[in-house]
Amino acid sequence: MPEFGIDPVSIDVGHLVRRNVASLYSSLVTRPTGQAVRLAIENVLAEEAGPFSLSIIDLSQVTIIDFSCADEVVAKLLLRYLAEERPKDAFFVFRGLKELHRGPIEVVLKRQSLATVAEMEEGPFQLMGVVSAEEEEVWRFLEERGALAESDLGNVPSAGDANHAMALLVQRRLVFRNPLTGEFRALSSLMQDLA
Amino acid sequence: MQIIPVPGNLEISTFDQLAGELVKGGEEKVLFDARHLRWVDPGGIVGLLAAGAYARELQGAPPRLQLVEAGDVATYLARMNFFEAAESIFELDIKPPRRSWSGSDVLLEVTPITTNTDVHAVVDRVQKQAGTILSRTLNYPASAVVQFSVILSEVCQNIIEHAEAPGWVAAQAYNWAKRLGRQVLTISVMDVGKGFRGSLADTHAARFGDRWGDATALEAAFIHGLTRFPDSGRGQGIQQIRKQVRRWDGTISIRSGTARIADVPEWDEAPPLEEHLPAFPGAQIHIVLPAQEGGHA
Repeated sequence: MPEFGIDPVSIDVGHLVRRNVASLYSSLVTRPTGQAVRLAIENVLAEEAGPFSLSIIDLSQVTIIDFSCADEVVAKLLLRYLAEERPKDAFFVFRGLKELHRGPIEVVLKRQSLATVAEMEEGPFQLMGVVSAEEEEVWRFLEERGALAESDLGNVPSAGDANHAMALLVQRRLVFRNPLTGEFRALSSLMQDLA
Repeated sequence: MQIIPVPGNLEISTFDQLAGELVKGGEEKVLFDARHLRWVDPGGIVGLLAAGAYARELQGAPPRLQLVEAGDVATYLARMNFFEAAESIFELDIKPPRRSWSGSDVLLEVTPITTNTDVHAVVDRVQKQAGTILSRTLNYPASAVVQFSVILSEVCQNIIEHAEAPGWVAAQAYNWAKRLGRQVLTISVMDVGKGFRGSLADTHAARFGDRWGDATALEAAFIHGLTRFPDSGRGQGIQQIRKQVRRWDGTISIRSGTARIADVPEWDEAPPLEEHLPAFPGAQIHIVLPAQEGGHA
């Protein structure tokens, strides 16, 4: 993305947990720990990232996540950067997710009607949380191609309004739209570019 | 001196007797007479600690605890770390026996919960110890260790977030041959803090008017997920614990003040709500998870 600056920020949550709690295990449990990790992530974004960033939140070293921590580290983090008065324009991908992480994360996302892009430990990128069938279809279409122009949305084999669904995905920060070119980018594709 | 007889079988169902005796007392010093104690489970152990802590608070002095020095009960209590926790609560009449019990069915010895770090320590310990008990003794899949750890984390956190007082947790597997015909895992968490009514009063009492009490406070939290925090992401812990316990066909009960509420599976005859129990501060959460029959849950 040479003509528009997006900073990649990679955050190892397991390391943050071990730094906050003297433990051999990276257990993301208890609300105070979740809050401390979330604030640490926000600090990294404030200090290291430019105005636009793609934050890759790595949970691969996390052995357990409870509902309180999922609420802090996933739901509240997303809410902060979705808000009108967000500190920066940050996009998030949660990577290294295991099936054992799915339950608590899905619950907290559903509670707040949020969604996020996730890269499971095994398997393709996917959307977690609350998305409509149209949003899922359009997102999948973009995910398979990496990038789309607005004119390509007519090719989405969707029964619904693909333009509207894509607008929602952009608004919810599940898709990046280049403000200069108008091109839509899958966050997974952006990750590969920035790696 | 007020003498409080400790039931011969001390478990969650007989804890009310202990609470009932405590409320009869005045300001005199208390002696817990446990010389006839012949069986105790994690619920009974943390219950005794909670009763002792409450008596200590009421009288401003440590209560005495009489136990039989030798025998299985004393040895078991030692194995469960009861005496380490009891030292700061009771004046003990016996010298604690050595921890020589070699039973492998103890999932979690009595652990005081006062800080966030304590909860982490519990989760760490359970991750080391739970796998064998859950899979070999109870036929749970390997993934159950994680779900079980999450349950423990959420119930222990309630002490720190809401009780504003110390609490304890313990867990063990048992053979409920007569009651259920299979092994069960029991988890008990107790504190002597504000209780559900005290915790929720400022934010929710007004909407209930005259109906506000221990039972309505429990219903508000247990059934409706209400919490004293305005944060919309809060109040999920108990709901998710209930869901997971139901998936495993277990039972969960919460006693607070003068009421107890429970999710009761078909194999249990306990009532879903009890009121007018002897008053006792704080909250007592008790979970029973039966062994899975045949394949995994």
